[in-house]
Amino acid sequence: MTLAVEEASGKGLKRPRPMSTNSAIATAARDLDVDVVSAYPITPQTTVVEKIAEYIANGELDAEMIHVESEHSALSAAIGAAAAGARSFTATASQGLALMHEILHIASGGRVPVVMSVATRALSAPISIWNDHSDVMNARDSGWIIAFVSSAQEAYDTVIQAFKVAEDPEVLLPFMVAYDGYLMSHTMEPVVTEDRETVLSYAPKRDYPYKLDPKKPVTIGTITDPNWYYEFKYQQVETMKVALEKFRRADEEFGKVFGRNYGLLECIHCEDADAIVVATTSYATTLKYLINTAREKGMKVGLLRLRLYRPFPVEDFLKATSGVDTLLVIDRAISYGAPVQGPLATEINSLFHSRGIDTKVVSVVAGIGQRAFKDDDAMNMFKLALESRKAAPEETIFYGVRK
Amino acid sequence: MSDLPKYNELPPGGIIPEPATSLKYYTGDWRVERPVIDQDKCVRCRLCWVYCPDNAIREVDEEYTTSKGKTYKIKYIVNYDYCKGCGICAQECPVNAIKMIPEPVEEPGGEEE
Repeated sequence: MTLAVEEASGKGLKRPRPMSTNSAIATAARDLDVDVVSAYPITPQTTVVEKIAEYIANGELDAEMIHVESEHSALSAAIGAAAAGARSFTATASQGLALMHEILHIASGGRVPVVMSVATRALSAPISIWNDHSDVMNARDSGWIIAFVSSAQEAYDTVIQAFKVAEDPEVLLPFMVAYDGYLMSHTMEPVVTEDRETVLSYAPKRDYPYKLDPKKPVTIGTITDPNWYYEFKYQQVETMKVALEKFRRADEEFGKVFGRNYGLLECIHCEDADAIVVATTSYATTLKYLINTAREKGMKVGLLRLRLYRPFPVEDFLKATSGVDTLLVIDRAISYGAPVQGPLATEINSLFHSRGIDTKVVSVVAGIGQRAFKDDDAMNMFKLALESRKAAPEETIFYGVRK
Repeated sequence: MSDLPKYNELPPGGIIPEPATSLKYYTGDWRVERPVIDQDKCVRCRLCWVYCPDNAIREVDEEYTTSKGKTYKIKYIVNYDYCKGCGICAQECPVNAIKMIPEPVEEPGGEEE
């Protein structure tokens, strides 16, 4: 009761309270004073927008909740609201993100700074409501800034950072905050929330420079013939570079204001490691939990947790992995028929080759449709990374499949 | 094409930050056939003006007397700067007063008639 009263007062709780990642994200939207939320329910995202609806109903958030008829409309409505100058938020997962696909490109190409959380989930068919990264990996070339977060606290913090970066007039790109459906979305963790005043002074609402205003008309969504289209796409290429540095600075500033920051990627025991395991979201948390156990057993392994995925933190990644001869990359999605079937492993491979670096990249696909990945499996990843130094498997390993 | 602005000289995302810029875009360039209004046949019903999707039919205060001696106070004329030649006006005209005439291939349309 005391907690509820304290929270309702709008003051942040300096002591942690239990929250699922979904709840933490909804609370971040509340503390950011978002103006418009468009919502369509999909498992395992639904409790994000449910919680926001609760905040609005309780008078804790003054926002317009638009109930739409599909995810295609959910993102369209969020884009329209953002273009009219509102701070706009939506959330989705899986089939919902797939249905949004067309609109993802309209948000990024149209340079509309909406922020969306994605509770990652497998794609049909066959139907799976459980977790993997098939949905977000399908969206990787949509021009969105994409961050993978690994805890409920980091999700809360990253949504706040996302608005600061997305709405920056030098960026104006949509931002996707991705985390694991169920493994995180419905798992309770301790979360510290901040008071709205401080959040809004860190991420103030900024006037969208091209906002729809009858007094000062602009045109968005124009048609561009072959003499023009390419330049706008190249703008996005260049803006991604700006977004990388803006995100780096936003994260550092967040650390100064709130005492927590994460970097573009996180490296544990990488300096003296013989082999490094690369992972994202909750898998990185599981591996982080076990890495000291591995070290105690004499396994000289490191863990690289990739946080910012688009734009890819190339220089940070190369610096973190310099001097190591083997990387094991865990992918939670399959690129069917590709030379290397893990999409992240493919990218890291291509990065190394383009720079003339001969570090071995072992591709491991795991956790498809939320196939269990527990402590023993995490230890197996460390073991496999070390074994691969001598003889690296040429093909993607489909870990945990019955065959 | 090298005279056109570079990527960093353009507003982001193809946004046009000022109104009424479509006036600068002469869509008449697209035309393959041009509508020509026979002022003698025309009964001034205004349907072409209503149907034109590009507001390229103009109603002008100009007196005209037909060969049968009927005097109208107005005329309908085509603004060829913006008429795309879709032919809707010719299709809708109840008295077949509008003909679609092929544009010469070597000199594309766009000029005011």
